[in-house]
Amino acid sequence: MSTTPIVPTTTDTATGNKLAKGADAEVGTKSRRVKRRLTSRTATVVSLIIAVLWTIPTFGLFVSSFRPAELIQSTGWWTIFQNPGFTFGNYSEVLLSASQSSPQLGSYFVNSLAIAIPGTIFPLILGAMAAYAFAWMKFRGSNGVFILIFALQIVPLQMALLPLLQMFTTFLRPLQNNLHDVLPMIPEQNYLPVWVAHTMFGLPLIIFLLHNFISEIPGEVIEAARVDGASPGQIFFRIVLPLALPAIASVAIFQFLWVWNDLLVALIFSGGTQDVAPLTQRLAELTGTRGQDWQRLTAAAFVSLIIPLIVFFSLQRYFVRGLLAGSTKG
Amino acid sequence: MTTADLIGKIIQVVGGLAIFAAIVGLLFFFLDKAPKRGKDYWQLVVFLAPALILVFLGLIYPAIRTSLLAFTNNRGDFNGLDNFVWMFTQPAIINTLVNTVIWVLLVPTVSTVVGLAYAVFIDKSRGEKIYKALVFMPMAISMVGAGIIWKFVYDYRQSGTQQIGLLNQVVVWFGGEPVQWLQTSPINTFLLIVVMIWIQTGFAMVVLSAAIKAVPVEQLEAAEIDGTNPWQRFTNVTLPGIRGSLVVVLTTISIATLKVFDIVRTMTAGNFNTSVIANEMYTQAFRAAEPGRGSALALVLFILVLPIVIYNVRVMRKQREIR
Repeated sequence: MSTTPIVPTTTDTATGNKLAKGADAEVGTKSRRVKRRLTSRTATVVSLIIAVLWTIPTFGLFVSSFRPAELIQSTGWWTIFQNPGFTFGNYSEVLLSASQSSPQLGSYFVNSLAIAIPGTIFPLILGAMAAYAFAWMKFRGSNGVFILIFALQIVPLQMALLPLLQMFTTFLRPLQNNLHDVLPMIPEQNYLPVWVAHTMFGLPLIIFLLHNFISEIPGEVIEAARVDGASPGQIFFRIVLPLALPAIASVAIFQFLWVWNDLLVALIFSGGTQDVAPLTQRLAELTGTRGQDWQRLTAAAFVSLIIPLIVFFSLQRYFVRGLLAGSTKG
Repeated sequence: MTTADLIGKIIQVVGGLAIFAAIVGLLFFFLDKAPKRGKDYWQLVVFLAPALILVFLGLIYPAIRTSLLAFTNNRGDFNGLDNFVWMFTQPAIINTLVNTVIWVLLVPTVSTVVGLAYAVFIDKSRGEKIYKALVFMPMAISMVGAGIIWKFVYDYRQSGTQQIGLLNQVVVWFGGEPVQWLQTSPINTFLLIVVMIWIQTGFAMVVLSAAIKAVPVEQLEAAEIDGTNPWQRFTNVTLPGIRGSLVVVLTTISIATLKVFDIVRTMTAGNFNTSVIANEMYTQAFRAAEPGRGSALALVLFILVLPIVIYNVRVMRKQREIR
């Protein structure tokens, strides 16, 4: 690492804040000097290279998704200026075309949403209730059960898949069939197994994360409500949940993205039809059977990425917090 | 998708949410009506039982069943350690185990080193936020999406024609012959590992960046006054200061890597000697109708994760005692 100092053209925010607050100005200049030495020219170049390397693959796919099929198949996307061409055709084809050979992503997009929204709400509510119980109700074995739940979030899902599928076939299958008989609109393959699976698998982490937050709520608030005659339900929904909202937002975003991006649970519990299967499952299928149709794959990949990217760029603060807290999940 | 399909799906979601709300509402309704004497007990049951029952049915009981299934054959009869003997004698499965070891050695170390270097280099630089977002972005997208992004980079066209995959184009620019990357063992395993590193580096970078910012400036200044160079300051002040975060990052990425499935499934489906335990488990249990063998592989995966689980539990128990 070279030590060539570069002249900083802007003050870093930490220094700026200290100065603004009228703190010891000398400390400010010192820390800036430390900073100047660390941000050498080599460091800047290396970090630029890493940033570019990390961005190029996604960028290439993004550019390609707007190129006509014959150009994608015959020229590299980096030659776009020599071989110009622009079309929305790939997107309209993968989303709207009804022909049998096209990916028909529209219905899978709906499926992804229809799985991810209840797949987030169900475990979030049940998990928050359990977290509240662990934090504020005294019972024997509370500590032991809580540690077991904590350990479960790391256990690989692979340990649960086979027996759970058998249980679903025995108990949920008849229920689904009955539902289809009563309401023919709802196909025999419906979302129920995927919802239940995601709820089960999401609970340990959600309980653990929300517990940490809910236990910090001041006890006086809850006590005051109880004295005022609020029922347990009112205390939970009117006081605890609103106070825990920042934590709930982070956990909700994490769970939503986890479900949206999941492939394994979908593969096993969705049945793989257009009635239930989410985008990820369809994409995995397309790469297998049509691995060379890049005009479709590029656009299809971006259809599946758009929601996570929106969440990432618009809710970054909550997103990062949730992701960092939940990164060991099964 | 026809309109009728769409309506059916909307009914399912709205109906599902309504039924869920009704069940929760009923639970609280009965709680209100519960006799005064046992109220604390019923309150505990209403709040805790739904989650505990689901966790028991969805994770604990199935995990026990899987552990037992690992010692049965495909007809469900007890067969002792046959599945494990099979695992360690079949060349294809040994290859899978070796691949998993390579993954778990390379991904955490490389991701952490690159993430740490990047975090240090961009620390307090102009545009730090944008730099961070660019490298962290892969964490947001699905591994299936990441698999497609990289499959495109590795795409192969016959030598002499224009390449459309960036990696082969770079090879051609340097005068080489294009390679069918994903079909060529053992390089293909390393190319899949690159995808996981691409995803996990952002995680390492964000955690370590926060840790670096928490290292007291005074210590760095004191070291500077003592005439140390930046490298010495980094190894003697910064590194010890972020040790805890480094352990968290390494163990977290190790767990994620042990369980990696989507990348392998999407890019090669485990063919061409690229399979890993999680993928082989799926193949055996759900494709080859060998639940015993699949369960045995799941059990191996569990045993590999177990030390990290125990370590994490110990750390958490300590933290709870302090509180």
